Amino acid sequence: MDGKMKQDKMWVTMGPQHPFSHGLWTLRVEVDGEIITDAEPEVGYLHRGWEKECEQRDYQKIIPMADRLCYSASMTWSHLFCKVAEEALDIEVPERAQYLRVVADEICRLQSHLMWLAAVGTDVGNLTIFLWALREREFMLDLNVRLCGQRLTTNYPRIGGVRNDMPYYFERDCLRGIERFEKALWDILQLTDESSIFVGRMKGLGYITRKDVANLGITGPAMRGCGVDYDVRRDDPYDAYGELDFEVPVLKEGDAYSRYMIRIEEMFQSCKIIKQAMKKLESIPKTAPYRLKVPKCIPEGTHVAKMEDPRGESLMYLISDGTDQPYRLKVRSPVFVNVSASKHMVKGVRIADIPAIMAMIDMCLGETDR
Amino acid sequence: MSEETMIEKPSYDDIISLVSSKFGDKVKFKESTKKNVKAINEKRRIYMSADREIIQDLAYYLRDKLNFEQASAVTGVDWVDHLQVVYHISNYFNAIMIEITVDIPNDDPHVPSVAPVWGGANWHERETYELFGIIFDGHPKLERLLTPSSYEFFPFRKSYKLRGQE
Amino acid sequence: MGLTEWIVNRADDVIISMSPYDVLNLPYDIGVKVWESLGGLIAWLINLIVPGNWLSEALISNEVTNGVAMIVMVLVIFIIGFLTNLTMIWEERKVLGRMMDRRGTKICLLGWGQCLGDGLKTFMKENVTPKAIDNKIYWWGVSLIIGTSVLIACMVPLSPRWFIVNYEAGLLLIFAFFALAPFLILCAGWSQNNKYALMGGFRAAELMISYEIPMLLLFAACVLMTGSYNIGDIIAYQQENIWLVVPQIIGFFVCIVCAIAESERIPFDLAEAEAELVEGWQTEYAGMKWGLIMLGDYFRGFVACALVVIMYLGGWSLPFVNQFDWYWMYFPEIVMTLKICLVFFVFIWARGALPRVRTDQILNIGWKVLMPLAMLNLVITILLKVGGVF
Repeated sequence: MDGKMKQDKMWVTMGPQHPFSHGLWTLRVEVDGEIITDAEPEVGYLHRGWEKECEQRDYQKIIPMADRLCYSASMTWSHLFCKVAEEALDIEVPERAQYLRVVADEICRLQSHLMWLAAVGTDVGNLTIFLWALREREFMLDLNVRLCGQRLTTNYPRIGGVRNDMPYYFERDCLRGIERFEKALWDILQLTDESSIFVGRMKGLGYITRKDVANLGITGPAMRGCGVDYDVRRDDPYDAYGELDFEVPVLKEGDAYSRYMIRIEEMFQSCKIIKQAMKKLESIPKTAPYRLKVPKCIPEGTHVAKMEDPRGESLMYLISDGTDQPYRLKVRSPVFVNVSASKHMVKGVRIADIPAIMAMIDMCLGETDR
Repeated sequence: MSEETMIEKPSYDDIISLVSSKFGDKVKFKESTKKNVKAINEKRRIYMSADREIIQDLAYYLRDKLNFEQASAVTGVDWVDHLQVVYHISNYFNAIMIEITVDIPNDDPHVPSVAPVWGGANWHERETYELFGIIFDGHPKLERLLTPSSYEFFPFRKSYKLRGQE
Repeated sequence: MGLTEWIVNRADDVIISMSPYDVLNLPYDIGVKVWESLGGLIAWLINLIVPGNWLSEALISNEVTNGVAMIVMVLVIFIIGFLTNLTMIWEERKVLGRMMDRRGTKICLLGWGQCLGDGLKTFMKENVTPKAIDNKIYWWGVSLIIGTSVLIACMVPLSPRWFIVNYEAGLLLIFAFFALAPFLILCAGWSQNNKYALMGGFRAAELMISYEIPMLLLFAACVLMTGSYNIGDIIAYQQENIWLVVPQIIGFFVCIVCAIAESERIPFDLAEAEAELVEGWQTEYAGMKWGLIMLGDYFRGFVACALVVIMYLGGWSLPFVNQFDWYWMYFPEIVMTLKICLVFFVFIWARGALPRVRTDQILNIGWKVLMPLAMLNLVITILLKVGGVF
């Protein structure tokens, strides 16, 4: 050494046990002081061979397993599996079941987004947001209990329909809950949108361009926050979504704040969808079937279905070989791809911005590692 | 393939005619027989199989000419007598999804990588590599992702039996 | 003997001649009286067994009484500060709980006992020390942080009769010790051989640049107005004229922001931002050390609140009742403590409503908002002083 101090960059390993990661994953970042110059996400701590395990299970038994892919988007995952199985059987589910699935999906989306909002609260250091969002989420979980009998892992859809029809007075409870929630969400927004510190922590961070976001495979609210006008529910409709009228919020800014705004707006749109679906359900006679009888074995072939998860576009690819067990079942998790792009989002920001930017991905490790 | 010639919103028939005129018999189209699936009835799914030599050219063509911006998934399948890679490619403007299957012999599990074409395929290819042992040539960082780096087997191949299967 | 006489009657004239204080000092007085009863009893008992021995003579001598009284005085001041502190922790738990739509802790005495339980728990924990640390700085750093925090908390007088030393440079000294902590945090962060801790230490130093200067400008304005560094004089001035919050309303708000930053609470707790830095500079301090650091943090919060109260809210004085003897007999300490808790309520409110700011944001706030406002406050003070309004 010639007596001179050498300044150097250092690698900081954030995770797997780290308050910002919301699960077991690691973000290794190279920092120059506090500025991030490089990043490398690492996942796989929760890999349990989900796809392989499905290969020795009956199709019916995979539905509750699909619930466990993500604790807060359980309904969409089991719905997606039923969807791909129905596609394999080449059947269309009854109308009543379609609307019931839509309602359950949107309740699931609401509670998932509220969980995300709560996580954003802790990430920016305000526990009030966390507790208020979780309080509202509890109402959504109560609706889940009324409809499906479970709070989180609902196990509600079946191949060819849903498990049960609406219970008595569910319509009243649901509409009341949704109306109450729409008001309560404005309360929470007082803590976030109205706070210039909160907005200042989100705005102008984690930019991704329109071209990159498509190329990197980012989907869902993160993609729509960057100007891509695409929502599987609207553009590639499944179940009853094609007959419902709702808007897909799109913002062109491409920073963390626009991704945040998209999710908030999506919550209002979900309320709108639920209200419409409830109205449609009224016109369908209560005696109408909500479930088809389906064979146990699925004919040979390859099938693919995709769906708008709360976190992005989820896809399942099923190869059936004529038996009652799948030959191969591939799960495309939106978070898996979104987190692989985290490197591009965090470059050049400060270390204090990592939680704010990563919160917009809404990590869920169950489906990432599978 | 320059930017000017890009078709932003190619129709179902456009895609089939353009791809088959460009790649000839190296790409084979498959028709789905399903009657009740909305996406297939409304012509939003295209199924094709391609030779592995042209997969990268095909990828560039789809991205630059036909505006398929995103690789939704890259999947490996073990058909015991051969391996297969399945690509799902999406277009955001017309919501068409293409499924490309590429067959690979067991003794030479190499296929050109599409990660340089679509950044989103990066981790999917890594995952397929570690679970099926399919090697993607030209991939920027082909390392194990989900499983420990000390693994020397490929757990998703059919030759790897789970406890209940033996 | 009633409570009133007990408070009014000072110890014997002989003791007063030994006393280091020339005015009534309640904690010292308590010390003297405790030893007069306790030491006197022991001396009497020994004298019963061995009449006329030297030991019982010594026990009730002026020197011993004075020495014991000093020790008891310090203990009394510390314990009262400590209890105030626990009450503030309790206050934070309950108020924050209500703000978040929950009830807060409910263990023992409406939840007040939870603090004791938590303290006991941290003391029971294993003392984990990382291997590759800089041992000396690791231990001295944390000890000095806690030590200075407790020291300044004990230096805050609660009334004209509740102080340790009535020094002329009182407020200045408190400021000086207060500003020591970021330096010690930097050392402690460096010594832990942990990147999060190091970054936390850097942030503490970075943070200090932004709030310390406005704070000192406010302090200058306050001193200019009252004409003294002495806390008693500052409060006496406010008692006679007007609480400084009225002429220096800008300074009051700036001071609250700076005080929150000074005590490193949310939204300015960048040095221990748990979302990105795990626990910041405290990462490697486990168990009892962490418990004491938390306690020290609340001591600093106590002092920060006390500074606001002393500089702007008239300290232990209350308008309209200042001239009554009964007020000065019973209330000044209680009023001061309540005012401190009231200011602390604002701190809790800020914590409940605001997210954590970023390092560059706090620098912006410090230099572009707080600093000009503090300058404005100083200018207004000078104009008022020159204009002879106050």
